[in-house]
Amino acid sequence: MRIGKDLVAAAATPVVLGILADGESYGYAILQRISELSGGELAWSDGMLYPLLHRLERLGHVESEWRQAPGGRPRKHYRLSRQGEGVLADQRAQWNVVASVLDQVWPGGPDDRRPRLALGMG
Amino acid sequence: MTEQHRATPPTTPPTLDALVASWREWMLRRDAVRTADVDELESHLRDRVEALSAAGLDDDEAFLIAVKRLGSVDDLSREYAAEHSGRLWKQLVLDDTVGGFGDGFGSGDERAADASGPPLPFHRRAGGLAIALLLAIGAGLAIKLVELATDNPTTVMRNAAVIVLPFLAIWFAWRRRAPWQALAAVGGAFLVAGLALNLFPFPGSTASGYEVAGETSATAIIALLGSYVGLWIATGVVGAGGDWRSETARMDFIRFSGEWLVYYVLLALVGVALSGLTVGVFSSIQVDVSQFVGQWVLPLGAAGAVVIAAWLVGAKQRVIENIAPVLTKVFTPLFTIMLVALVVAAGMQWNLVDGGRELLIAFDFVLLVVVALLVYSISARDPLRPAGWFERLQLVMLVAALIVDVIVLVAMVARTGEFGWSANKTASLGLNLILLVNLAYAAWLQLGFVRGRVRFGQLERWQTGYLPVYLAWAAILVLAFPPVFDFQ
Repeated sequence: MRIGKDLVAAAATPVVLGILADGESYGYAILQRISELSGGELAWSDGMLYPLLHRLERLGHVESEWRQAPGGRPRKHYRLSRQGEGVLADQRAQWNVVASVLDQVWPGGPDDRRPRLALGMG
Repeated sequence: MTEQHRATPPTTPPTLDALVASWREWMLRRDAVRTADVDELESHLRDRVEALSAAGLDDDEAFLIAVKRLGSVDDLSREYAAEHSGRLWKQLVLDDTVGGFGDGFGSGDERAADASGPPLPFHRRAGGLAIALLLAIGAGLAIKLVELATDNPTTVMRNAAVIVLPFLAIWFAWRRRAPWQALAAVGGAFLVAGLALNLFPFPGSTASGYEVAGETSATAIIALLGSYVGLWIATGVVGAGGDWRSETARMDFIRFSGEWLVYYVLLALVGVALSGLTVGVFSSIQVDVSQFVGQWVLPLGAAGAVVIAAWLVGAKQRVIENIAPVLTKVFTPLFTIMLVALVVAAGMQWNLVDGGRELLIAFDFVLLVVVALLVYSISARDPLRPAGWFERLQLVMLVAALIVDVIVLVAMVARTGEFGWSANKTASLGLNLILLVNLAYAAWLQLGFVRGRVRFGQLERWQTGYLPVYLAWAAILVLAFPPVFDFQ
């Protein structure tokens, strides 16, 4: 299953901000993390991450810095700014609302889903 | 697998670095993508390649997959453009990286805008703006000093090129080290021109009844114009680093001259507008600054702008499209229509012949414009592109100009018996012939080029090779005309 383009676009910002909330990172590692977390299902062209990061930086949600990688190659590291933390919290609240609405409108209702989830987690 | 590669050396895959280098070059062609972006993408690419190589792929295979994963270049550059739309408007950035060094006429070294090199010394920053400003102030003060010393505006105008252009030459000499022989030769040219202009006994007033820049002697005006043109070309020798034989250096000089003129006119327009505004604003509070503006700001600005325009041409060279070729593209069709209409009108009326003595001078200007339109379109043309409609249009323009000019020449030469050979007429006739020869052979070459028999390089070489002819004629105007025509 591949996630649709619009949904990827909508999810990209909170996902990236969320990953950076764990600590600073760089483009390739961010993509690896996304792929790891989604089992490869939330994916887009690698290059597209960078314009997104630049936009987040322009908006002031993240800060960047060029640093020398252990191998000697330069790498651009991104970290969440104070403002970005606020944005992330806000996005999280919004997504929670969406998730809870979706939970309730799926055919079969919420009751149908919860046990399976619980089973999976157990 | 690696052994197989070794067994067939001709198909050895390029190294990863070579692949990355060509990929970088490809990416950097996009306006929306900057060096720093490509650096970042390269870092990503190499991370991906490393991971894939660790999984057992060859470098070149890993590279292909990594590039594919990056996404199509079109999509990517569209994303970058959406995020950085300002980049599509090229801006003149006065940081330390544009307008670098190496060439007199500007072409900066291609240091990336984000490269982290060692900081430049102050006088080299912003393409040497500090030095350019110093030289501009120097040129302005030199003009003012001569004016104060001689108290004669005519002397200042007559010596303007001799006074101001050395500062431009110093600017070039600083940007690009010219050999001392070239510097000495150019210095000598300035000296000779200066001596000729000031020691020739031009009369204070003659019976000719006209006056240009305070000069009443025709030969003085001719010498003055000749000194402007000749010393400008001589200054170009310094800008070419003394390499005046090189065709490319000459073409660069032609490009520089066109851009410089455009910038100078723009600076002059804005300068005059701001001066007018200043005078207006001060007069509204009953302070009259028109004296100050007229006597200090305008002469200093006019002289200083010579150097500042040269600095601008160098500083913005990689930033903005050259404007002279753009103007050429716009005005070549219009001017061609004008010339063809003139040919038709001349054929129907046959009265060009009765034109006054200004007719020849007017036609010198027509031919000058045609040469300029031709040269500046050549200067910006991709040499490998085959001839198209524009080249055919130029051919029409050239032929029309030649026809009209021959009509004028025949008429004027036939009538010189009535008027005799005045300095004025001889000078304009000489220029006319020089331009006519240029255009006639240029038209011949253009015809060959349109028919695919002449390579574009020959057109270029003809125009660059013609530069010394202008210099020689300018020298004759300055040095030979006044004595030959008794300084009248």
